[in-house]
Amino acid sequence: MGVWIMAGVTFREAARKKVLWMALAAGAGFLTLFGTGLHFQVKDLASQSINPVLRREIMNTMLTMGLYAVDLLAVLMTILTSVDALSGEITSGTIQAIATKPVSRWQVLLGKWLGFVGMITIYIIIMVGGVNAVTYFIGGVTARHLLRGFVFMWMETLVLLSLTFVFGTYFSTITSGVLALGLHGIAFIGGWIEQFGAITHTQRAVNVGIVASILIPTEALWRRAAFEMQSPLASAMRMSPFSNVSVPSVTMVGYAGVYMLAALLLAVRRFGQRDL
Amino acid sequence: MISDLAISTRRLRKVFGDKVAVRNLTLEVSRGEIFGFLGPNGAGKSTSVKMLLGLVAPSSGTAAILGRPAGDVKTRAKVGFLPEHFRFYDWLTSAELLKLHGRLYGISHAELRRRVPSLLDRVGLTPHRDKCLRDFSKGMLQRIGLAQALLNDPDLVFLDEPTSGLDPVGRRLVRDIIKSQRERGATVLLNSHLLSEVEISCDRVAFLKEGEVVETRELNSSLEEQTGVTIRATNVSTDAVAALQALAGYVRIEGEHLILSLCSTGMLPQIVRCLVEKGAEVYEVTPQRLSLEERFLQIVGSDGGL
Repeated sequence: MGVWIMAGVTFREAARKKVLWMALAAGAGFLTLFGTGLHFQVKDLASQSINPVLRREIMNTMLTMGLYAVDLLAVLMTILTSVDALSGEITSGTIQAIATKPVSRWQVLLGKWLGFVGMITIYIIIMVGGVNAVTYFIGGVTARHLLRGFVFMWMETLVLLSLTFVFGTYFSTITSGVLALGLHGIAFIGGWIEQFGAITHTQRAVNVGIVASILIPTEALWRRAAFEMQSPLASAMRMSPFSNVSVPSVTMVGYAGVYMLAALLLAVRRFGQRDL
Repeated sequence: MISDLAISTRRLRKVFGDKVAVRNLTLEVSRGEIFGFLGPNGAGKSTSVKMLLGLVAPSSGTAAILGRPAGDVKTRAKVGFLPEHFRFYDWLTSAELLKLHGRLYGISHAELRRRVPSLLDRVGLTPHRDKCLRDFSKGMLQRIGLAQALLNDPDLVFLDEPTSGLDPVGRRLVRDIIKSQRERGATVLLNSHLLSEVEISCDRVAFLKEGEVVETRELNSSLEEQTGVTIRATNVSTDAVAALQALAGYVRIEGEHLILSLCSTGMLPQIVRCLVEKGAEVYEVTPQRLSLEERFLQIVGSDGGL
């Protein structure tokens, strides 16, 4: 029961403080800009005698680009909104009135986590759905495996959310934010090193990328999501920076799931033991 | 079996890094008692309360509230707590805050519909029931904090500096609330710097210094106990002062006056005899009950423990 009360209040906080609405308003601006750009692209392509297959692939690349931007926004949204959830309330003493109620600390933490999961899920559904809807209605293409892509992007944010919670039980708000973003930065550059390593057949560079993914598998999840959503031709042609040359395996996805659970358990454990 | 003790601690100790916050707290508070915690800043009052509530884990020692180990989740259903600086989600209205805390206590919606308006009325916030906490003054926050501490009709209430930020009307309200808790048979642990508040409300107080209880004192006891004595005397030798110190524990000299604190006025003849035997000439002996403030200052020292 305590879990759902805390989840509800966390979700309501995001709505009441206008965090969710502002994020969605910014998202609407993003979709408008994306749609406008796509619209002009389609118009210009229509006036040229261009191969329909190439035209379709250009649209697909635009779609992946849009999703890539959504992924970045979702990552930032996850860290920025949740980073204060634990450390902020511990510092201000707000947590004291809650932690002395007949509710276990794990329930408080899990409830807050679920509240953020709810908010982030709505955000990703609207943004991923929006980008797909815009490219479908304007460019006539849509993601190949939309649901799978959505699930992997969603998992990516849950990994980051759990990690931000772990940091929140140890460090101040700023330190937690810097750490979470810094780690995602490592995953990001590791992912690109792995891609280029695969293109140039440099195994040791690929290994560096794999090590980065083991350290934090967020970028690996995005690349798996991109692989699921873009057209097979785009991947094969390696025609865009989003083409996946080295695709993270299902094992890596499984590892990311275990990683997320381990992070959540560590946060629960640490929050249960620490002084408030 | 229901324990007769609301609070019981044995050799409770808390160390933060190399700082000892609570050195050795051994304390027993009976059910139905209004108990005051007094001490200077940094004496370990708030840390002690946090250990009793399970917010802070003791480094060593044991603590129990209402017969169960401190921090027991189920026991918290019978405990109310007003933190020293009550802060909560400022986007909630006062009625919403009480409902949320009520739900965390496991109180049904139907019961909350009855309790929330009556508690808002009790703390004088009915006109502000739909106002967000961000628009509340410090005193109003303290009032709503007080209301949430009473939501569950607790058997044990911890009030950490409940009158801070309150005007005289608010302080009176706190006094009345403590009184009504006493009438209900609840136990109250009151942390306060305002000695007069403690003196009015509490049955017993513990003086804390450097994380240890240095003295507990009944407040409603007869005048025979805890007496201060002022003696006007001349020719008081250092020998005589040493002898008095052995008898009284606390002796201060101000010109011709010796100020002593005694456990009982029954000791007075012995004190006078001792002085005369050591060659002093005694002109005047005036027993007076030591106020809580004087005793506080004796224990803490004039530097306030800083």
